[in-house]
Amino acid sequence: MTFDRRLARLGRGALYSLPLLFLALFYFYPLGSILWASFAPGGRLDLSGLAEMLSRAYLGRVFWFTVWQAVASTGLTLLLGMPAAYVFARYEFPGKRILRALTTIPFVMPTVVIGVAFTSLLGPRGVVNAWLMGGLGLEQPPVDLLYTIWIILLAHAFYNAAVVVRIVGGFWSSLDPRLTEAAAVLGASRWRRLREVTLPLLLPSVVAASLLVFLFCFTSFGVILILGGPRFATLEVEIYRQTVNFFNLPLAASLSLLQLLFTFVVMAVYTRVQARASMPLNLQGAARTARRPATGWEWLAVGGVNSLLAIVLLAPLVALAVRSVTLGDGPPSLRYYAALTENRTQDVFFVPPLEAIRNSLLFALVAVVLALSLGLIAAYMLAAPGRGQKSGQSRAARWLDPVFLLPLGTSAVTLAFGYIIALDEPPLNLRRSPLLIPLAYTLIALPFVVRSILPALRSLNPRLRESAAVMGASPGRVVCEIDLPIIGRALLVAAVFAFTIALGEFGATLLLYQPDFPTMSVIIYRALGQPGLLNYGQALAMSTLLMLICGASLLLIERFRIGDVGEF
Amino acid sequence: MALLEVAGISKSFDETAVLHDVSFTAGRGEIVCLLGPSGCGKTTLLRIVAGLEEADEGEVRFEGRDLAGVPVHQRGFGFMFQEYALFPHRNVFDNVAFGLRMAGMARAEIETRVGEMLALVGLAGYETRRVHELSGGQQQRVALARSLAPGPALLMLDEPLGSLDRALREELMTELRRILNTLGLTAIYVTHDQQEAFAIADRVLVMNAGRIEQAGTPVAVYSRPATPFVARFLGMHNLIEGRMLAAGEPGVVETAVGTLHCERCAPAGSPEALVTVLLRPDAAHPLSLHGDTELENIVTGTLRDLSFRGSQVRIEVETGTGIMLRFELPARQAAALPGKGKPVALSIDPAGVDVLTAPDSQN
Repeated sequence: MTFDRRLARLGRGALYSLPLLFLALFYFYPLGSILWASFAPGGRLDLSGLAEMLSRAYLGRVFWFTVWQAVASTGLTLLLGMPAAYVFARYEFPGKRILRALTTIPFVMPTVVIGVAFTSLLGPRGVVNAWLMGGLGLEQPPVDLLYTIWIILLAHAFYNAAVVVRIVGGFWSSLDPRLTEAAAVLGASRWRRLREVTLPLLLPSVVAASLLVFLFCFTSFGVILILGGPRFATLEVEIYRQTVNFFNLPLAASLSLLQLLFTFVVMAVYTRVQARASMPLNLQGAARTARRPATGWEWLAVGGVNSLLAIVLLAPLVALAVRSVTLGDGPPSLRYYAALTENRTQDVFFVPPLEAIRNSLLFALVAVVLALSLGLIAAYMLAAPGRGQKSGQSRAARWLDPVFLLPLGTSAVTLAFGYIIALDEPPLNLRRSPLLIPLAYTLIALPFVVRSILPALRSLNPRLRESAAVMGASPGRVVCEIDLPIIGRALLVAAVFAFTIALGEFGATLLLYQPDFPTMSVIIYRALGQPGLLNYGQALAMSTLLMLICGASLLLIERFRIGDVGEF
Repeated sequence: MALLEVAGISKSFDETAVLHDVSFTAGRGEIVCLLGPSGCGKTTLLRIVAGLEEADEGEVRFEGRDLAGVPVHQRGFGFMFQEYALFPHRNVFDNVAFGLRMAGMARAEIETRVGEMLALVGLAGYETRRVHELSGGQQQRVALARSLAPGPALLMLDEPLGSLDRALREELMTELRRILNTLGLTAIYVTHDQQEAFAIADRVLVMNAGRIEQAGTPVAVYSRPATPFVARFLGMHNLIEGRMLAAGEPGVVETAVGTLHCERCAPAGSPEALVTVLLRPDAAHPLSLHGDTELENIVTGTLRDLSFRGSQVRIEVETGTGIMLRFELPARQAAALPGKGKPVALSIDPAGVDVLTAPDSQN
């Protein structure tokens, strides 16, 4: 091997180690610190935090609630998502593209926005109550779902129905319809075809979707905090309260550990199921499997299911926008938007909400740059064929692939809590640095970025590079002329994903933000926590702005996504 | 009375008509082949008979009974899909047993029957294999066993050999015919491959653009293509316009390549009628130019291409009027041919000149 080539390999090795180093510093180190803090706070083995966790009946109830609300939410989500998945997979109808685009909304909408949106729809000052009170001449709001389990379950279903529609629907649409036809010819009735052919084939995808939904609901934070109020706490919320309200770090560490263990087990099962779901099925292009509804009943079913889905996805957002200009007495106006610029409290520490918008955008941009650079390197590393192999993943890549997925299964609050206890002393003291937040965002966005770029990179036919090289392109030119144009769209989608994730991040932000650098979600949450119509109105206005920014990003994604890039 | 009667079937998808008023019958034990290019409606017709698709008009009768409103799973037919549609989550045994379980057969009987079926297709001992572990040919056999197991009254096969390579296709073609004949099954077989159709069918229905163009035994269809489409589809490309000079058998027809005698001009009707003349690819014999040029039925032109195909030589001759003709000659006659670009004379066997009444829509 020549010196040049050895140097090149060394350089590539150094480059490849960057994302791993990042994971080590900002993922494994903080989580390790939690482990340390829960078993040996102060350097000696001390299980008091663990003992406290196990002995307090209240915490048992928190755990129980966390589990059962996640199960119930998953059930409700399946109930809403499965019919839609079926209709999407098997029928072709006008407006399908738009509806499909709508199902992306929950992926990009911040939890704070959705939380506030649901209060504006179903809360005491929400649209539904305003109509009912106006229409029936009532004094009191007749429907008050705020701070009940129902509004939590509904919000979770809003968030996750799209997961079911995308995962199960995507799989369903690629199932060869001739399989059920073959069963029919062999004498199977409609019900037996469903039971003996369709459901068994769909099962892995249903289980995978359910596990993912369960995981999201299990670690739910913003929805519970905003819509559940003080009565409800998941583990995630409890970790936050123990840290911020009671400063009981050992207990918070033990709770984080419990949650980590639980989510890792679920993640492990999920990866196993996903691997099993990739049974060779002779999958079909979706266009071949969908057809127009033929009978009136089919049109009715398709229409009904789609209307329900559209209502669930759109109603909260529309209510939010409407309420932000109609709240209170008087004609619709932009007064709550105007109020965002005023310092009503004459507080010297007051940060005008507009500055929060600037902070949010700035943090998000830093996170996008970091996540994209690291994610691109990681994706190249994972897509590179092993030494001596023509194609396929190298052994190291197979092992590293799930490692880059880990942050997806780790709760943001736990992670932020890890930052608080790990990154507060030299040599890495970032506790007071405004950089801490974009670093957390980068880590949370990294799995999405890698997952968006990787399929595009893998689809790059090595022949293309080879033929460019044969025609005289240098390695650098090959990247510019072949790689970048092809994965360019995937990069853009990844960037937008990272941007919206960073913009809407709530759990980690709430733990890590500096008072002089609040973000939009912090401002919204603070405004919600204060009494008075004006504060609520400001929360609505700010949420609407955040929704619009994310909505614009969504349009970008839908315009540029190729196939199912960025799906899990 | 025919076992299966298909009468006046029409079908459209999204305003596009794929079948126009199609009728045919199949007798008990007969193998009927629907032959045509992709998109001619043959698969749709098959799916309508199976009940997988509903016709807009027309009816399907089986043993005299109208099948309208009888759902697929109650028709008791067998259907072998292109690419087989084997259940990927079931092993070979469970795939073959599926129809038997649906029929409510007892477990012990099912085991016996599945064993018999797998033996019939030459896959005894493969019961516990997973479907995706099998080769294409083995999957094809499992699919056949699965559709035969419940003892269907009518078997439909949709391009059953379509996704196999040439050599395997030859082998399975023979075997498929053996099995169908052994069981004495009534079958409708869809294919775009004329060799497959000729090898397997008792009767061939050539389809084009949603209509049946010609029906008959393989020999009849091949020796007397009824329309220019059928001729072209069967690989006969020498179609030229002509005018009848004398009708009858034999007759004389005037064409742009010369005046030709034909042995079978009967359907051509009256003299002066405009017709399409087919010169069969095997109708030509090379002549020495210095020989007797007073012979009848001679086509002259320039030899444009010559390619060696083993026992045959294919030649392309451009006539003085600019018409390109293609012929196949026995390889031993190639010696009599001049070099490429040289003038050539061919004598045309009157038995190889067919006259088709239908106008050639493609010219």
